[in-house]
Formats: sequence, structure tokens, C-alpha cells
Amino acid sequence: MNLAPLAANLRVISALSARSIKQAFRRPQFLAPVLIFPSLFLAVNTGGAGRAVEIPGFPEVHGFLDFQLAGSMMQATMLAGVSGGIALALDIEMGFIDRLFAAPIARSAMVLGRLAATGLLGLLAGVWFLGIGLIFGARIEAGVPGVLLILVLATLAATAFGGIGAALALRAGRASVVQGIFPLVFVILFLSSAFFPGELLLEPARSISTWNPLSFIADGLRQPVISAISLNEVGKCLGGIAIVGGAGWLLSAAALRARLKAA
Amino acid sequence: MSTVHVSAPGAGAVGSPLAMLAVMMRRALNEIIRVPGAAIPGVLAPTIFMLGLTSVFGSLTQLPGFTTDSYMSFLIPVSLLQSAAFTGAATGVNLARDIEQGWFDRLLVSPAPRPILLAATVLSASLRSLMPMTMLLIVGLALGVRFPGADGLALAIVLAAAFAAVAATWGCTLALRFRTQSAAPLMQASMFMAVLFTTSYAPQDLLTGWLHDVARLNPVTQVLEAVRQGFVGEVSWADTWPGLAALAALAVVLSALALRGMKRNTD
Repeated sequence: MNLAPLAANLRVISALSARSIKQAFRRPQFLAPVLIFPSLFLAVNTGGAGRAVEIPGFPEVHGFLDFQLAGSMMQATMLAGVSGGIALALDIEMGFIDRLFAAPIARSAMVLGRLAATGLLGLLAGVWFLGIGLIFGARIEAGVPGVLLILVLATLAATAFGGIGAALALRAGRASVVQGIFPLVFVILFLSSAFFPGELLLEPARSISTWNPLSFIADGLRQPVISAISLNEVGKCLGGIAIVGGAGWLLSAAALRARLKAA
Repeated sequence: MSTVHVSAPGAGAVGSPLAMLAVMMRRALNEIIRVPGAAIPGVLAPTIFMLGLTSVFGSLTQLPGFTTDSYMSFLIPVSLLQSAAFTGAATGVNLARDIEQGWFDRLLVSPAPRPILLAATVLSASLRSLMPMTMLLIVGLALGVRFPGADGLALAIVLAAAFAAVAATWGCTLALRFRTQSAAPLMQASMFMAVLFTTSYAPQDLLTGWLHDVARLNPVTQVLEAVRQGFVGEVSWADTWPGLAALAALAVVLSALALRGMKRNTD
């Protein structure tokens, strides 16, 4: 079996991923929304709705901050996906992607390189919010294995959301269009159990949250913080990530084909 | 780009301060008329936040001591101020763009007094903020927000529009300091904090930790409570004057900072 093409593809993915990461760190406008905005939201939610733990039916938790960490990680990983999409759209606007089209590399490597970088941003977001949580008194009930599990899930979730961002960027080819979905991130999150227990949401959010894949992902990220690791929750979380990631991959592939046909 | 014709004193109507103010405001409002699509995110975002946060945190009204059983009625004043704040931040970004493109330098060498230039910019923000506020009120009242009465509604709109002017003054101060649109996240984030680090989610007694103290010291809390009173109870002078005083104090301090920034830009 000839492994040379695979190794070459991995080298391309790794080089494009490294470029994307450098881009994110050199341009604070890509990184700041991923970490700063969810951190501010976490601060407001925790201080403003901290007494929510006293509402009948609220799950047994050490504190409201513990409950909110998963929501902030979700928000950050989704914004990492949007940021990755904006960066890809800027590459299209500046002609960088056209040059890659002309290069002898696999088309999928262009998207995978960006997704790998978005996954790393998700990992960074996981470390950031777990760090904030521990500094301000949260407890990770599942201990070190729980921390590792959260980091893996956050990385996978960001990669999946990156697929949706990439699909939008490839379809629209304009950063302003991808930027325009920013409010949509909040709409989808508000309709999930990311920030509050699903059974305490008001209708219609309560009903929608029961089948929103983001609820599965949020609950999976939350479980190791507020309780022991549950294989059932991990399975549902991976299922949610697979739904989002699968949709992103299919849409990206279709958008890439359409762009190649138009080129 | 429109041109402002400022004639010599006494030579025509445009030379009067009010006429200059009107021409400058008209220019600032042109963007809405010429690029209406650009206003859509600013109109939709506060409405989405109001609906979303109501769905998420609506059960907070079950807490003993919560002042209303309708969370959307409690939250709509926050969204009104949020829309005003983001309109103000956008005004700062627009000024930064004018500075980058050299348009503002041309205004500074015109005979128009500095306070007129600043007043036109920030008052246009007040007018622009009426768009998202109208949308919010229509959606909110249609979905069951308590009608605050004619006096409560008028008070809420006037205070929120005045807050848009204050937010725009802050945006202008930052634009004059940094002279680049890259300062936009700073303008937006500071406004986000100013509005939400208040009694935005729950009454003062139900806030926890650091937010309990910050909300008490944040002057925007007084503005928010004045806007909110009609939506959760009766309008009273006792709940109104602290909001007016806070707005006046913010306007004086921030205007002084913005005018200082203008002076620094011309020295």
C-alpha cells in the first residue's frame, strides 16, 4: 500500500492548520470573540442568575458557575467555528483559495486544515473556561479524567462547528455573510440546554431543546463538571457532534464542488 | 459622501448653529436611508436577545422577591438600553471610519464649533436608536409585555434615546483616542458591560457575588430602573430622578472627554 499520498496530504493539512492558528493569534479580532465575549456572558449569567439553583427542579450542583461553564464552552466553540468561517471567507476574498485550487493538493485538505485549527481553538476555549471556573471556585466532580474528557469533547465540538462555518464561507465567499450568522449562534444556543436546565426553559424553547443536538453536546460537556462521567451522556454528546459535524462536512463538500465548478 | 456647506457668519441660514446641527445630523442619518440593510443586524440582535434570554431565564420569576411574574416585561428595558448602547457604539465606529478616511479632518478645519460637531453625531444616534426600539416594543407588546401606560412608554423611549446619545459620546471618545475602526470591539464590549453589569437579569436583592456590588455602583442601573418602572409597576418621580441624574452626569463627563479628544486632534 502506497502511503506517500496520505503523508503528503497530512503535511498539507498540518501546514494550512499552522497558518490558520498563526492567523488567529496575529489578528485579535478572530480570537477575542471566541474567549472574551463568552467570558463576559459567563460573568453576567453567573452574577445575575446565580440564585437560579434555588428554583425547584434545578439539578443538584455545587454552584451556578459550575452549571454555566458548559454553556460558555459551547458558545466559545461555536464562535470558533464562525471565526474559522470568516477567516476562510477572507482567504477566498483575497484569492488565497484560488491559488490553492491551482496547486496539486487534495481539495479536502483545504477545509481540513482550517478545521484542525478550529479544533485547536476549541481546545484552547476548553482550557480557558476550565481555568476560569477553577479560579472562581467551580469544582470538576469527575476529576482529571473529567477534565481530559471535556477537552476532547470541546475540541471535537469546535471542529464540527467549524464545518458549518467552512460550508457558509465556501458557499458565500464573503466574510460579511459569515459574520452575519453571529446572532444565529445565540438563537440556536438559547433554544438548547446550554445555559439553563432544559426542563426549566420556557416554551417553545423547552420542547425544541429536547431534540436540539446542541443540548446533547452541552449536557455532555456539563456532566463531568457537575457529576461523575456518564457513558450515556458521552454517547449522546458524541452523537450531537456527529450530527453537526456530518451536516457541516456534507454542506462543505457540496459548496466546495459548486465553487470548483464555477472556477 | 455629502458635503456640508458652512457659510460665513451672517451670510446664510446654514451658518447658524441649529442649521449646522441639522445638516450634520442629516448626513449621519444618510447611511440608514442609503444602506438600509446595514441597520438590520442592529435592529434584530436586541430582539433576539430579549426573546432568547426570556426563554432561558424566564423561570427566575419563581424566586421569592422577584418583582414581576413576566420575565419579558422585566427584560425589555434591558433590551431597549442594549439597542441604544449598540447604536451608540456603531456611531463611534462610523466616526472612526470618518477619521480614517480623512473626512473628519476636513470637518475640524471648518468654522463649525466643536460642540456642534459632537452634538450632531451623538444626537443622530438618539434618532437611529428609535428603529430597534420600535421593533422591540412591537414584538414585546405583541408577546404579552405589560403595557407601561403612555407616561411609562414615553419615559422609557426618551431615556433610552438619551442613553444612545451617551453611548455615542463614549464611542466618539474612543474613536478620537484610537482613530481606527479596530477599536470597535472595545466600544461594543464596554457598552455590553455597562448595560448588563446592572440589575439586568434580576432585582438588586437577588443578584449574587461581585455583580451585587457592581450593579449598585454602576450608574446605568439607575437609568435601567427608571426605564423599567412602567413595565413592572407604576411610574413615579422617586424612581425617575435618579435615572435622569445618572444620564446627566454621564453626559457631562463623557462630553468633556470627547471634546478634549477633539481638541487633542486639532492641536
